[in-house]
Amino acid sequence: METQKKHISQQFNEEMENLRNQVMKMGGLVEQQIGNAVTALRNLDAAKAEKVIKKDHKVNALEVNIDEECARILARRQPAASDLRMVVAVIKTITDLERIGDEAEKVAKMAIHIAEDDGVFHSQYAGIRHLGDYVTKMLRNALDAFARLDVETAIQVLRDDEEADTEYQSLMRQLLTYMMEDPRTISEVLDIMWAARALERIGDHAKNIGEYVIYLVEGKDIRHLELDELEEIEKDLMS
Amino acid sequence: MNKSVNTTIDPSVIKSNKAAGDVEICLDVKNLSLYYGEAQALKDISFSMKKNRVTAFIGPSGCGKSTLLRCFNRMNDLIDNVRVEGEINLDAKNIYDNDVDITALRQRVGMVFQKPNPFPMSIFENVSYGLRLQGINKRRELEERVEWALKGAALWDEVKNRLDENALGMSGGQQQRLVIARAIAIEPEILLLDEPASALDPISTLKIEELIYELKSRYTILIVTHNMQQAARVSDETAFMYMGDLIEFGDTSTIFTNPSKKQTEDYITGRYG
Repeated sequence: METQKKHISQQFNEEMENLRNQVMKMGGLVEQQIGNAVTALRNLDAAKAEKVIKKDHKVNALEVNIDEECARILARRQPAASDLRMVVAVIKTITDLERIGDEAEKVAKMAIHIAEDDGVFHSQYAGIRHLGDYVTKMLRNALDAFARLDVETAIQVLRDDEEADTEYQSLMRQLLTYMMEDPRTISEVLDIMWAARALERIGDHAKNIGEYVIYLVEGKDIRHLELDELEEIEKDLMS
Repeated sequence: MNKSVNTTIDPSVIKSNKAAGDVEICLDVKNLSLYYGEAQALKDISFSMKKNRVTAFIGPSGCGKSTLLRCFNRMNDLIDNVRVEGEINLDAKNIYDNDVDITALRQRVGMVFQKPNPFPMSIFENVSYGLRLQGINKRRELEERVEWALKGAALWDEVKNRLDENALGMSGGQQQRLVIARAIAIEPEILLLDEPASALDPISTLKIEELIYELKSRYTILIVTHNMQQAARVSDETAFMYMGDLIEFGDTSTIFTNPSKKQTEDYITGRYG
């Protein structure tokens, strides 16, 4: 995408720049939360899990501040075209980031739950670590796409979500078989399932952010489209 | 104003059929160029405007938007050294053809200027002036038409008890609405508004904008404005001009959320220059 000229208003430039930076800061924090939550689950590290839960209020505070800043910009600058789409995209993105934060908190809670019940996080549950890594990568790519206004990367994130859903389903089937094989594991496996669900939701939120990036850059709202409709649009965008 | 009226113009003859629900093309501009002497002020402009819609013209100073507006009622004819090429078709007839009656044209295409310019007469006389030129003399008929026009311009309630007072005693916002009443009294089809609210305070501005919204059901409106937010609020379609060129023309919502041309984007986001 060609470099944009600066606004004649230097203050407006700085406000938009600051807005983008705040979003990246929130994204980075949330990424960290996911990583720490999954690690806490793998190692049944209750202390680490507690830290994740405590830190969630920082994520929430960022959401509130950025929302406020967006309303201010809308009121004072009446942004148009790409500036308007940026502000709208930011408002939507931070909602998804805050939800991701909540999902990470859920994973952390499961870790504490299992640890308290003297559970053992079996190595067979490697699938959960894998899913965790996958959705973390998705989020990182979505934020990267946002920072660089990169449609190609954003579209890749949309594709990756299909893969994440497939992994999640196969993980669920695997966890079911554990429960069937050994009913004593049911309590623990159920907690793992909640954690897996939370990770799958994180993937969905990362996908949403990818959609906002496409809206921001191309002015096209591609939400709620089927995959084949999406492929048509992708052909247009990439040509 | 041209005082030699050869024929009395019967408005019902001139009013074209308005098919309900139809969005017809009303004004069709084809390869329009205008020269002030050697300098080309309008460069090969082509676009169409729809009936009963508001079209806004935006662009930096000197881009030619007022010049373009003045083409539609041939006001540029009054300037020396002006040469026009191309066509402006009003209902499929080129208004620059040799056999066009300019007075009749200016009755169909009314104009309102930036600075309100009521005549130094009473409110009643201002609005009835054009009607009298049309040959309407009966007091009763004039009164009905004046009332109708003042109601149409959302001014009637404020002035109905003082129609004989001098128009110059009114506020800026009222004077501008009076001027609009004067223009619509002779039942034009098209209204040309050249920055109609620039000289007015914010509330009067919003009242004029509200009036424009009401008027578009009867008239086709072209508005030149420096105020981009006004263009965004008021118009159905927007034309962005730059240095005599028409850069982009389209649906207003699209222009302000996702314009096609970078130049348009730069202008409306304030990255111009």
